[in-house]
Amino acid sequence: MHVNVTVNGAETGADIEARLLLVHYLRNELGLTGTHWGCDTSNCGACTVWLDGVPVKSCTTLAGMADGHEVRTVEGLEGTDLDPVQQGFVEEHGLQCGFCTPGMMMTARALLDRDPDPDEATIREAISGNLCRCTGYENIIRAVRWAATHEAAARAADQEGAGV
Amino acid sequence: MTATEAPIPDVSTSAAGNPLGFGRMLRKEDARFVRGQGHYVDDVNLHGMLHSAILRSSYAHARIVSIDTSAAEAHPKVKAVITGKTLETLNLAWMPTLSGDVVSVLATDKVRFQGQEVAYVVAEDEYAARDALELIEVEYEPLPAVVDARHALDPDAPIIRDDLEGRTDNKIYDWEAGDQAACDEVFANAEVVVAEDMIYPRVHPAPMETCGSVAHMDKVTGKLTIWTTTQAPHAHRTIYALVAGLPEQKIQVISPDIGGGFGNKVGIYPGYVLSIVGSIVTGAPVKWVEDRSENLMSTSFARDYHMHGEIAATREGKILALRVDVLADHGAFNGVAQPTKFPAGFFHIFTGSYDYPAAHCKVTAVYTNKALGGVAYACSFRITEAVYLVERMVTCLADELKMDPAELRMKNLLRPEQFPYTSPTGWEYDSGDYPRALKEAMRIAGYDELRREQAERRAAAAGPDADPAAPLMGIGLSFFTEGVGAGPRKHMDILGLGMADGCELRIHPTGKAQLRLSVQTQGQGHETTFAQIVSHVIGLPPEDIEVIHGDTDNTPFGLGTYGSRSTPVSGAAAAVAAQRIKDKARIIAAAALECSVDDLEWEHGRWFVKGDPSQGKTIAEIAMAAHSSLELPEGVEGHLDASVVYNPPNLTYPFGAYICVVDVDPQTGVVKVRRFIAVDDCGPRINPMIVEGQVHGGLADGVGMALMEVIAFDSDGNNLGGSFMDYLLPTSMECPSWELGETVTPSPHHPIGVKGVGESATVGSPPAVVNAVLDAIQVRQADMPFTPAMTWRALQGRNLRPDLAIE
Repeated sequence: MHVNVTVNGAETGADIEARLLLVHYLRNELGLTGTHWGCDTSNCGACTVWLDGVPVKSCTTLAGMADGHEVRTVEGLEGTDLDPVQQGFVEEHGLQCGFCTPGMMMTARALLDRDPDPDEATIREAISGNLCRCTGYENIIRAVRWAATHEAAARAADQEGAGV
Repeated sequence: MTATEAPIPDVSTSAAGNPLGFGRMLRKEDARFVRGQGHYVDDVNLHGMLHSAILRSSYAHARIVSIDTSAAEAHPKVKAVITGKTLETLNLAWMPTLSGDVVSVLATDKVRFQGQEVAYVVAEDEYAARDALELIEVEYEPLPAVVDARHALDPDAPIIRDDLEGRTDNKIYDWEAGDQAACDEVFANAEVVVAEDMIYPRVHPAPMETCGSVAHMDKVTGKLTIWTTTQAPHAHRTIYALVAGLPEQKIQVISPDIGGGFGNKVGIYPGYVLSIVGSIVTGAPVKWVEDRSENLMSTSFARDYHMHGEIAATREGKILALRVDVLADHGAFNGVAQPTKFPAGFFHIFTGSYDYPAAHCKVTAVYTNKALGGVAYACSFRITEAVYLVERMVTCLADELKMDPAELRMKNLLRPEQFPYTSPTGWEYDSGDYPRALKEAMRIAGYDELRREQAERRAAAAGPDADPAAPLMGIGLSFFTEGVGAGPRKHMDILGLGMADGCELRIHPTGKAQLRLSVQTQGQGHETTFAQIVSHVIGLPPEDIEVIHGDTDNTPFGLGTYGSRSTPVSGAAAAVAAQRIKDKARIIAAAALECSVDDLEWEHGRWFVKGDPSQGKTIAEIAMAAHSSLELPEGVEGHLDASVVYNPPNLTYPFGAYICVVDVDPQTGVVKVRRFIAVDDCGPRINPMIVEGQVHGGLADGVGMALMEVIAFDSDGNNLGGSFMDYLLPTSMECPSWELGETVTPSPHHPIGVKGVGESATVGSPPAVVNAVLDAIQVRQADMPFTPAMTWRALQGRNLRPDLAIE
């Protein structure tokens, strides 16, 4: 079958086997290896990407299901600067081996987009579908809080600048 | 200060704001990881690369009658199908393990555990390779499986290793340590003896990245390049040379970014060897990456110790002796990765952190129809099992004596003046102040207040208005002594390779440095901390020091990263190399300044003339001079390089005091970890941020093992933990917010005083959680993991064995 998928804002397309998983489409067809594969069963979340703005596990999503839709991966996080979530992971040591990090950050970005000021319990619940074997989650939570705090500060500065 | 004066530079910080030496520094490696630009084995994509998959045994124990690969070979995308018979012609059907045994690469005669490698397919893509596995017909003759280690030595037990000539039973070894007669005498006369049976069940390191490799045998040059998930690239290179008869200078092992190791990536797996065979057979690069089930079912498991412990003491609570009888389940092949002279690893450090003269341990290891392994999952060569035993036994003793477990520990902890301390089984602990660490943990926890709260809750539960759903509160302690940094060459080797590690430091003419390491990071942050070590000694900014590792063609030989050995061994090598640079820099500076070396003084990365600080040379200036036409004293070579092989004189002995607080739902058995307090002493902290991260990860491991992680088997030997739906890892919901503290006791023998810390929390935390759960439910002994079912059964006084299927 042929699929057309918008990935990080760019049009992509390929003739694929109908059974091809989205994670393999991204990694093998497009060379976007920032999305990792970790478990096959939707448990670990290393493969988390956005499908039309919602985090999904790309190891249990068929590439065909993304046909005509928009996908965002870790490679699409950085703008002019690092996304505050990315910067937060650096600042708070929210990663060690880095394998779960892309999926973890995609989940965290989605959380902050719907809840810009999440408390610890909210963050814990949001990332509970993403496993990390290195950090014990503590610094991941701090990283998300770092991003929330800095985004709030940036918003406040913008408003001040706009004379609001 | 007047306005015209230049501000005094903060010499403790580099231009980039990094510490010149020890201190919190953001990690260099993060820039690529947060952008998704890490480069893991599965990210390797070579031109013309083929993919592969392994057919695995569905039986735990069965004779192979026949294998028909014809349909698989006829698959249009299949390039090669390889069986044990193919490998026999290459003399590669079997390979040595790290413990003097052999293990089959592909089974030829029998399969001996579920998930064992039976056939191998190379195809154009991964999907086709797995399709072809379905086309292979294997006829098995099932045999009875040995599942329960306690029956492995029964007279009628099936012989698992009939491939070994003369085998008449399933015993691997008997081994002991300590003075049995002296120990028995103490027990015979002791006022109090407590005995308990306990299981440290089989668990799996389960790093987020599974194991894999990409092998490329260049037919023209005869060079094999293998990108592989290994914690020990140099050891792997040598073993490939020995196993496959390949010339070692033509083997390049590249261990790129590794998605967590925890001991899972120390050994050599059949898949790695098969990818090499696949590349030789097809002439193309071949990738092999296992899936999660393969990872959990066939690669390095951990623990699986059945322990009978006995502790002797006076009525006042003075511990007198500890003895333990261990039944060690090693699976179908003895494949533990540990120093040769230590068949039970470092288990005989089980006397722990306490002062008593008599101890004895006996270990009997057996074969069972399970995957091989045993030393993995951040266990510090089985110190995990040792700490679990002693910390459980001390807690059971406190229960028997009706004494507070903190008080009992404080009464028996080694005292600072006893260091260096030689344990009853021969370990020389280098340094420690144990009471200080325990007091600090109790202070942070508010221990007395916690006990008061517990007493109030218990009183309420016993009262007339008791709420049957009120949570049961438990407080658990653990005090651990680790022994890491293997190790002294004369005592420690793996496959004959001494456990010393090399390091090369080059200062380029412009004063920028490259540091080449034999060890390999799997997330520990070596690119940052090793630069800090060099910065600490010679004052170069850490951002100017590039750390190179994970490529055998570009780094010196060494045994790799496991057993928390990177900082104690390679970190020492880096410090010594930097010291040699500093010493040589002094000679060069003296030549450049036309003075005697004795006239020079060192400060902040420069040598200067005593009494005249304006006359001096920075390391960068000296580096340029070292490469220049400057005439050097006789016998002094140009350039500014150093090469070191560090042979550690002893292990380093980090330690810590942990306190866990849990609430148990009496109606469901659900355990909630309310708090966890961890005070670690690993000597001075090179980068406190990274040390804390290491501790956090290990504490989560402890919660995982104590509450949810286990690989059990049914009576046919079926693995019941073969996916993340069955093998449960702790999530953010099970972990509390960790509360850390520290004390600092430098190692007297390490060049910069530091001790390893990577595994401390994994080693130390499980007994704290278990002690807390058992304290909550007021049961002296039951086995982890305390899943709701296990906890509930323990509450009912009907303990379950965790290692077998619930019948």
